Amino acid sequence: MTRGSLSVRQVAASYGATPVLDEVSLDVVPGEFVALLGASGCGKTTLLRAISGFVRVDRGRVIASDRDITDTPPEKRGMAMVFQSYALWPHMSVAKNIAYGLKLRRWPRERIAGRVDETLALLKLGGLGERNVEQISGGQRQRVALGRALAVEPELLLLDEPLSNLDARIRLELRHEIRALQKRLGITAIHVTHDREEAMVMADRIAIMHRGRIEQVGAPETIYQSPQSAFVADFLGASNICDLVLDRSDDEIRIAPGPLNTAARVPPRQAERLNGSAHGPVRAHFHSNAARLVSADSDTDAKTLTLFGRIAQSSYPGGFYRYAVAVGGREFVVDSDRHLSEGETVGISLPVEALHLFPHTGNNEEREETS
Amino acid sequence: MTALARLSRVLPSTVLIVLLALVIFGPLTNLLIWSVTERWYFPHKLPLEWGFSFWERVFRPRGNAMESLITSIWIAVFTVFACLALSVPAGYALARLKLPARALIMLAFLMPQAFPSVPIYINVARIFYTLQLNGTIAGVVLVHTLHGLVYSVWIATAAFAAVDRSLEEAARNMGAGPLRTFATITLPLATPGIMASAIFVFLESLDEFTGTYFVGTPDVTTLPLLMFRASMEGNYQIASITALILLIPSIAFMLVVERFLRADVLAKVGT
Repeated sequence: MTRGSLSVRQVAASYGATPVLDEVSLDVVPGEFVALLGASGCGKTTLLRAISGFVRVDRGRVIASDRDITDTPPEKRGMAMVFQSYALWPHMSVAKNIAYGLKLRRWPRERIAGRVDETLALLKLGGLGERNVEQISGGQRQRVALGRALAVEPELLLLDEPLSNLDARIRLELRHEIRALQKRLGITAIHVTHDREEAMVMADRIAIMHRGRIEQVGAPETIYQSPQSAFVADFLGASNICDLVLDRSDDEIRIAPGPLNTAARVPPRQAERLNGSAHGPVRAHFHSNAARLVSADSDTDAKTLTLFGRIAQSSYPGGFYRYAVAVGGREFVVDSDRHLSEGETVGISLPVEALHLFPHTGNNEEREETS
Repeated sequence: MTALARLSRVLPSTVLIVLLALVIFGPLTNLLIWSVTERWYFPHKLPLEWGFSFWERVFRPRGNAMESLITSIWIAVFTVFACLALSVPAGYALARLKLPARALIMLAFLMPQAFPSVPIYINVARIFYTLQLNGTIAGVVLVHTLHGLVYSVWIATAAFAAVDRSLEEAARNMGAGPLRTFATITLPLATPGIMASAIFVFLESLDEFTGTYFVGTPDVTTLPLLMFRASMEGNYQIASITALILLIPSIAFMLVVERFLRADVLAKVGT
């Protein structure tokens, strides 16, 4: 039984002459929660709209529950979408909005009333059924939109940035609620978001999109711990970058010592991504929270890389100190419990496993906007 | 500050307001006085005899005025239906579909207003004569429809454009086909704007003179034609009473239209 599965195969789409999706493929198993994560303009919403049938694909197939729906109109796809703007019909009450899809399915009136009540209760909207959708709060509208989608028991639930218009507190609350409901109902969900934390918290798997392509798909831990490209590393917060030189001798890969860094040994697994070019200049990405401040002359072992720098700026956000450490021409933000003064020489200690190594692509200083 | 200085500051605005009131209400007062006049001639400033005998004559069951009022209303109703039948599909198409010459089509509906109306209607009358439409209600309705389409197409287009596309997409997504989506979502949401356009068309038809004069006479007599004839014959009482009757629906509907035409629809007119 593969009801609720989804398979996107080499889908390409464009708006006019501008290509938006470039041979995107994605497989989703029934009951899975997949987040499409990316900056605006990366094609994530277009991919969702291609799945829901609102964007015509140029090439490729979309297959849902073993049925090829590439040329099926949106109303026959058996999916339910929660729109970013909620798209609730202002000329109908909350109950009528939820009942709309059921009426179309020619349910008898009593059964519709029963399901509407169930849905209202499920989403903690009890007593709001007769309200006009313009008389309720943003969070409640969000729930009505979700209720309308869930009421028809869709094979696939599509969420188009459903939380982006809510304020922070309600957003956090609804994150968990949506996830809990999805798990309880066993429904397959595709969630589009530009919020990294939201994707990490909600999804079973995350597909990171960039320039109309899926850069990497994987469980939150996997993509966080082993990003497959510099873009993914950067997007997931490993945005501290330093240039290193690798030295390959026999079966050992080492980071060559330089004026700004100590030597260290790189485990082979770590250098896999460099596919053979594990020699010469590389670029290392790391998360701020992997870095530790040490005194410049402290001993290091082969599993730790130390960068030599100088405190350029210090601040106290509360509970710890935050330093901007200048290493050569770059600055890294490192937190520490110790109080250090500006201008002091320090070392930034990094466990080698925390380094994500990518080939040095020349003057690749441009950084993608990550919001 | 002395009283004189205060007066000199307030005076200009007071005079302006009084003048404005005179410009607006002067002719109306004249109309009102004429409608209750029995006898009034130069050089008297006010009527010599007052009375309602002309009202009685106008509202006499088989009088000309009642007959032409009924004709006027029927013509206006038919015109509204003819305009809606064209402007609902046209407005939807212009608002939603990617039409190549969209701006040109919108402009085409404006054309009848842009050219001097008399030569247009003379030519229309000539063509209608060969089609035997001259002097028929159908002919007059057609002329009024041509005139009313500007309002109805432009406003209907704006009304449809103001309906958020995602509302339609949500209906499609829930399983409604394109026609059902239109009937249950798009049309109900565009209805206030379309009602407003219908009211404009109704009022325009009720007041229309030139086209009716060239196409309708002598067989079709609407209220404006009756008013014209009465004032040509120097029967100012009948003309004034007809004018007052014509005023009533205009004022009533204008109050309603204001409720129907919301800012978001108005903002989309002509875009």
